[in-house]
Amino acid sequence: MNINTFEELETVCSKTNKKIYEIAQENEAQKNDISVQEVRQVVKISLEAMKEAISAGLHSCEKSYSGMSGGDCKKLQEKFATKSSLLGVIFEKITTYALATSEENARMGKIVACPTAGSCGIVPSVLVSVAEEIQADEEEQINALITAGEIGRIISNKVQLAGAVAGCQAECGVASAMAAGALAQLRGENIDNILSAVALAMKNLLGLTCDPVCGLVEVPCIKRNPFLGIHAVTAYELASAGIKSLIPLDEIIDALEQTGQLMSPSLKESSQAGLAKTKTGIKMEKNFYSRV
Amino acid sequence: MRQSSLIDIISPVMVGPSSSHTAGAVRLGLLAKNVYDEPIEKITFKLYNSYAQTGKGHGTDKGLLAGVLGLAVDDIRIKDIFNSDIAQSIDYQFEYYNDFNRHPNAVDFIFEGQNKMQISGDSIGAGEIAIRKINEFSVKFTGKYNTLLLVYKDVTGMISKVSTIIQAENVNIASLHCDRSGKGETASMCICLDGELQKEAIDKIKEIDHLNMVRYVRKLGN
Ligand code: SF4
Repeated sequence: MNINTFEELETVCSKTNKKIYEIAQENEAQKNDISVQEVRQVVKISLEAMKEAISAGLHSCEKSYSGMSGGDCKKLQEKFATKSSLLGVIFEKITTYALATSEENARMGKIVACPTAGSCGIVPSVLVSVAEEIQADEEEQINALITAGEIGRIISNKVQLAGAVAGCQAECGVASAMAAGALAQLRGENIDNILSAVALAMKNLLGLTCDPVCGLVEVPCIKRNPFLGIHAVTAYELASAGIKSLIPLDEIIDALEQTGQLMSPSLKESSQAGLAKTKTGIKMEKNFYSRV
Repeated sequence: MRQSSLIDIISPVMVGPSSSHTAGAVRLGLLAKNVYDEPIEKITFKLYNSYAQTGKGHGTDKGLLAGVLGLAVDDIRIKDIFNSDIAQSIDYQFEYYNDFNRHPNAVDFIFEGQNKMQISGDSIGAGEIAIRKINEFSVKFTGKYNTLLLVYKDVTGMISKVSTIIQAENVNIASLHCDRSGKGETASMCICLDGELQKEAIDKIKEIDHLNMVRYVRKLGN
């Protein structure tokens, strides 16, 4: 069964009375000619690698090759150890886990591209933090991660999830939307609310450009990850109150695609404008290239 | 409409920092090595455009070498590959170029051993790659399918001889790409397959007259 839009997904789910992850894992199994159990096994490998990346990142303050990043996760942990977050433990966990993963990525550690390496901290930080706090078991975590994957898959049918193609809205933006959906699934929301969470998160990130300094996945990428992890929680909270996006999700994806097309190539991973070409961005670039 | 896979969205497990510049580089190296398929004495990597400019910061050079040495995208040895023991066994060098006719993330591998072979490929985004050229022949394969590569003297009936053997194995052909240097001269064939070819079938193909090279390149794991 081919599902290409969220509307189709919703229809199939309500017709069969199944959850998003159930439909998604059945289709994935069928497409790859493997069993549902085997699909879940592959997802489990990603989930475990996400947790390993978080733990490695939490314990390291090694700098990246460029020297632009590394050490902020440690700073944040130290701060929370002496002065806890206004917003509580989940906020602390999401922000530190996201930084941990992204810094780990920049120092050539092992991470899970979800959907991309630059956005690798967003889905894991939300999923793992909340799962720890509500003591969700592994099966529930896998269900949530499959939900995230299905959301990303449907979006990627229309928009290639690459900064070079559609800007950061298609990387970190989509990751935040996936995280919002995963969180809603983890909290046992119905399909309407799950898709609302996705819509609200995605809608709010349209237009996000990709302008990395020195062309490296560090500035602004790394700090963007904790921000967009928290952003996903906001989307989930609103959605679980029954707040809907007035623009349907599939149309938001149309807008994502169009915005990506209209975005200047200079703001799509080419480092020709934006932060990369600020006075300081140019200076950092000169320093970096004189060194390598 | 493109039907992507949900597993692709939440994977691969990889060494960072960039799917196109790090994981893609490893996969290009792996695939190129599998095409060369001979002991390597020396290898030269020519990196183009963005691969040349931002490659160092992304570990593209490390990724390419690691791939050629057979490491997978999630192997933590990639980070320190230049100092690892396995890298001491071959002679390698990197060259950097700007060429607007090439893809932003393009690379040429020049393998030297008993034979010399030049393989060109691009990292086309999200860790996906494509091999575009082997020596003077244009090819197109991505490591997503088992691929049969043939170089032969341009004679009539070659396609049907090869496809008959593949058909007898009950394996579907996903794509077929041919090229030649000139009529009656050397030609190439690149066949992507949906299934697996058994050794006997490959041996049968090898027996066809006028073949210069046969390579069966397995799809990449991740
Ligand atoms: S700014 Fe660009 S490189 Fe950085 S995470 Fe976003 S899309 Fe990726």
